[in-house]
Amino acid sequence: MPIKISARTVKREFLERLEKISGQNIHKCFQCGTCSGSCPMNASMDAFPRKVMHLAQLGLEGEVGKLNTCWICASCHACNVKCPRGIDLPRVMEALRLMALRRNVDHINPSRMASDLLRECPQIAMVAAFRKLTS
Amino acid sequence: MKVSYYPGCTLKSKAKNLDESAVAAMAALGVEMEELPRWNCCGAVHSLADDDLIHHVAPVRDLIRAKEQGAEILVTLCSMCYNSLARANLIMRDDEEKRRTINLFMDEEIDYQGEVEVVHLLGFLDQRIGWSTIREAVKVPLRGMVLAPYYGCTLQRPRDVAMEPPGSFQMMRRLLEALGSEVVHFPAADLCCGSYQILAHPEAAESSSAVILQTAVQAGADALVLSCPLCDFNLGKRQASLLEQGRIEKEVPVFYFTQLFALALGVSPDLCHLELNTPSCISLLKQKGYPFDLDEAERV
Amino acid sequence: MAEGRPMQAQQTQEMKVATGDRPILPEGARTVPIYIMGKRYEVPETLTIMKAMEYVGYKFVRGAGCRGGICGACSTVYRKAGDYKLHFGLACQTVVEPNMYLTQIPFYPANRAVYDIEEIEPTADSVYELYPELFRCVACNNCTKACPMGVEVLDYISALKQGDIARAAQLSFDCIQCGLCASRCMGELPQYHIAQLARRLYGKYIQPRAEHLKKRVEEILSGKYDAMLEEVQRMNREELEKLYEEREREPDLTPPGAWMPKDIRYL
Repeated sequence: MPIKISARTVKREFLERLEKISGQNIHKCFQCGTCSGSCPMNASMDAFPRKVMHLAQLGLEGEVGKLNTCWICASCHACNVKCPRGIDLPRVMEALRLMALRRNVDHINPSRMASDLLRECPQIAMVAAFRKLTS
Repeated sequence: MKVSYYPGCTLKSKAKNLDESAVAAMAALGVEMEELPRWNCCGAVHSLADDDLIHHVAPVRDLIRAKEQGAEILVTLCSMCYNSLARANLIMRDDEEKRRTINLFMDEEIDYQGEVEVVHLLGFLDQRIGWSTIREAVKVPLRGMVLAPYYGCTLQRPRDVAMEPPGSFQMMRRLLEALGSEVVHFPAADLCCGSYQILAHPEAAESSSAVILQTAVQAGADALVLSCPLCDFNLGKRQASLLEQGRIEKEVPVFYFTQLFALALGVSPDLCHLELNTPSCISLLKQKGYPFDLDEAERV
Repeated sequence: MAEGRPMQAQQTQEMKVATGDRPILPEGARTVPIYIMGKRYEVPETLTIMKAMEYVGYKFVRGAGCRGGICGACSTVYRKAGDYKLHFGLACQTVVEPNMYLTQIPFYPANRAVYDIEEIEPTADSVYELYPELFRCVACNNCTKACPMGVEVLDYISALKQGDIARAAQLSFDCIQCGLCASRCMGELPQYHIAQLARRLYGKYIQPRAEHLKKRVEEILSGKYDAMLEEVQRMNREELEKLYEEREREPDLTPPGAWMPKDIRYL
């Protein structure tokens, strides 16, 4: 579906917050797609990291918010070490997650998770998942 | 020699096979791993937001415990603990403003400035023990086994805490070669296993894990060797599910590097807790004909 | 101190305050200003927060229980003027200080898991299943700072994350379930309920049984003491009084094992 871009769709405040929380210059990205190609989780993403960066550059807060990309990211830093522009993409993904989580909305609910998984999983899995995906 | 040691939560229960085998192996080399007093969870993952300092408090508190103990270096085993402690340490050492805020918040603790160095056990072996010393200490060489070192994410990424540069897998290679086995590199050695997404998006994590296991088999590995309990869960304990779903074709034994290390140094197999690994691990060791008494592990 | 009352707190004469359920302030007794939910009151300086609140007219329907520092009903949070630090205490135990700003937090909502202690296994996995939020702890240590009983809350939470139920049970032994830890928790954990589960599992399944108690119960059930009890039952009042008065007593502060009664028929 085509995305309409106009002066009204550019959310400057969103872009500023994203850059402030992530500490990254979003506009440094020149859309090579190395991040997308090196992402081990890309098959489960609505859109690859490259596209998220593009939408973010355009300040399309609503469009970025519709995608599951930042919630599928496992913070593995594969994209980060390969990015020719030196962008720390996992930080951008974290900033996108936090902008949602900080409204007290969780991506997963620990109280409703499958009990056998909670029993079997190593503790670090729970700690990591709750830190990244709950508020 | 005595070194301060941070085990991490999982190593005290579900990954006892990583903790106890390492402590025993190091004892066999004359190194006492002294567990930190009163340590807490390191937080497992590093907070990546510039304005979020509270999530650095957990690892910093552990580093303060090490400083209180008078430690110059803190040895870790779990890859995630290594990563989160090392990264928090860099912030405390290099970022004056964040350091001040964190120290001010933790007003019940002594101030910390990154005085302790966080080291993974593999780095400790490389820099402080030496591979030739290990080769000489081996009692049961693990000949005839083809092993694939799997580093995952957190030993090498990001670059500022990389135990060795991304794409290089020398430390585990040298260790396994010193133990007498053959080492094979496979192209998924630093691919993420899906990590904590096993709890939120298991499908995504499983497909990543399947690629790693399939690639290791294609490279001719008898077994995968790693240092992270979450990788071990996704790549080892979840294999039955991957097989059932047809995502992988055969079982792949997955060991912690410390288990093979300890076995080769002649440590009792009981301390390696092979009963916590998948049964294919014991089968492989038996098949290779090593003189280990594995009855107890098999019985459990 | 800007409200123009005489500075009674600075008087040097000895203070006389009748305390009890209804404190009466004698003439000349020193008072101090405290702020209850933001409103200033002058109260006698030796009173506990609870007595002070009653002194100024509060009547406790909830938020007061044993008045002996053990039931955990009267948790109170306070700050001192000009100091950022939050302080915590039990209203029945903490004595008022000049210019303290306080409020009571007798209850704090906290997730409480439902389980059947007969059914669950005494493993850390059971705790993880019932309270997965345990892993949201960020080790900020606000819980330990908030505990009016000096329990190392962060340490027992850490012990549970490491799978050590016994250590968590021992470290949380002094917990009185007041809930102040949960009120300050960044990770939204119900620490005190988690600790209670740990103590229950420890007490029921892990703690070693007292062998001497087991032996004694067996002896009682086997009738070893029946004859002795029957003998006492047959005695008249005079004989009973004599037996009581002539009973052998272990002298105070006797080292263990150093004393034996002369009559050892029933040991």
